[in-house]
Amino acid sequence: MSLLDYFRSEKKSSASLAKERLQIIVAHERSKRGTPDYLPQLKQDILDVIRKYVKVDSDAVNVQFEQNEDDLAVLELNVTLPDDDRESK
Amino acid sequence: MAKIIVVTSGKGGVGKTTSSAAIGTGLALKGYKTAIIDFDIGLRNLDLIMGCERRVVYDFVNVINGEANLNQALIKDKRVEKLFILPASQTRDKDALTREGVERVLNELKDKFDFIICDSPAGIEAGAMMALYFADEAIVTTNPEVSSVRDSDRILGILQSKSKRAEDGLEPVKEHLLLTRYNPSRVAAGEMLSVEDVQEILAIDLLGVIPESTAVLNASNSGQPVVLDGESDAGQAYNDAINRLLGEIVDFRFLNVEKKGILKRIFGG
Repeated sequence: MSLLDYFRSEKKSSASLAKERLQIIVAHERSKRGTPDYLPQLKQDILDVIRKYVKVDSDAVNVQFEQNEDDLAVLELNVTLPDDDRESK
Repeated sequence: MAKIIVVTSGKGGVGKTTSSAAIGTGLALKGYKTAIIDFDIGLRNLDLIMGCERRVVYDFVNVINGEANLNQALIKDKRVEKLFILPASQTRDKDALTREGVERVLNELKDKFDFIICDSPAGIEAGAMMALYFADEAIVTTNPEVSSVRDSDRILGILQSKSKRAEDGLEPVKEHLLLTRYNPSRVAAGEMLSVEDVQEILAIDLLGVIPESTAVLNASNSGQPVVLDGESDAGQAYNDAINRLLGEIVDFRFLNVEKKGILKRIFGG
């Protein structure tokens, strides 16, 4: 690095790095807030049942929990089945 | 009817007990009858910070179990009138605090006091949940540092979903941010999160900023709540925070690097 670069490149302060990292993790954790504690286990159980019949990856099951304002919770389940392997094991 | 205020944080070592002692003492100094309750069962420390560790006879759990009444367990402060401390028990029994027991004690205190300060233990275990459950307001103590800010956000989520006010569908717990151990020169150097940064992330009302100060350790060494040291920066910053808690509008101090005068530069200080 030349001397000129040293003056040009404004080094990012560690505080601004901390702020960036916090904003990301806090937003991520807030989005999960309010979802029931059993959700990860529920996802695992559903995956195990599906695996009895079809070979699927662990990331093929997508479970979304949405709490609407008027006491209505929606559990959305999305399973991506592989194209070639639909017959039972 | 007393207002119940929890001093909480999630992370340990950020200054919850120091802040509980300072704010409780400050409120009593202003003439409000105040009780500070130590919820840290098994790790009692409020008594040391308040300088009354040798006067503990009965504790919070004794009162819950009916082994002592409230008047026997409350320690009256010798310096400030209208200030009382309810020490935590040193038992290792995790289930010593029952919700019914805590509610009964708080209801009894409510009639006689103006403010009840609940000094929460760190973490999100039973003791911390119990300290915040009955709160009307929460002082979220935070250091300008990543793990503390993240844990504070977690505690805010818990206040919004697991407190009695949330469960009963009442007006939500009023949340205040108290930023402690703030070092303006490190903020200026870009080494520490600024007040604005923390406020932007947590998005709650700012109650006070307490500068990192030698006065705080001196105060706990001698068992004197730091607010009694009116000369010190930390003591004054706590006093400002208490005035804001009471609804006053007070300008923020100690946010910028103090410019040393020429004499101070030469002779030190």
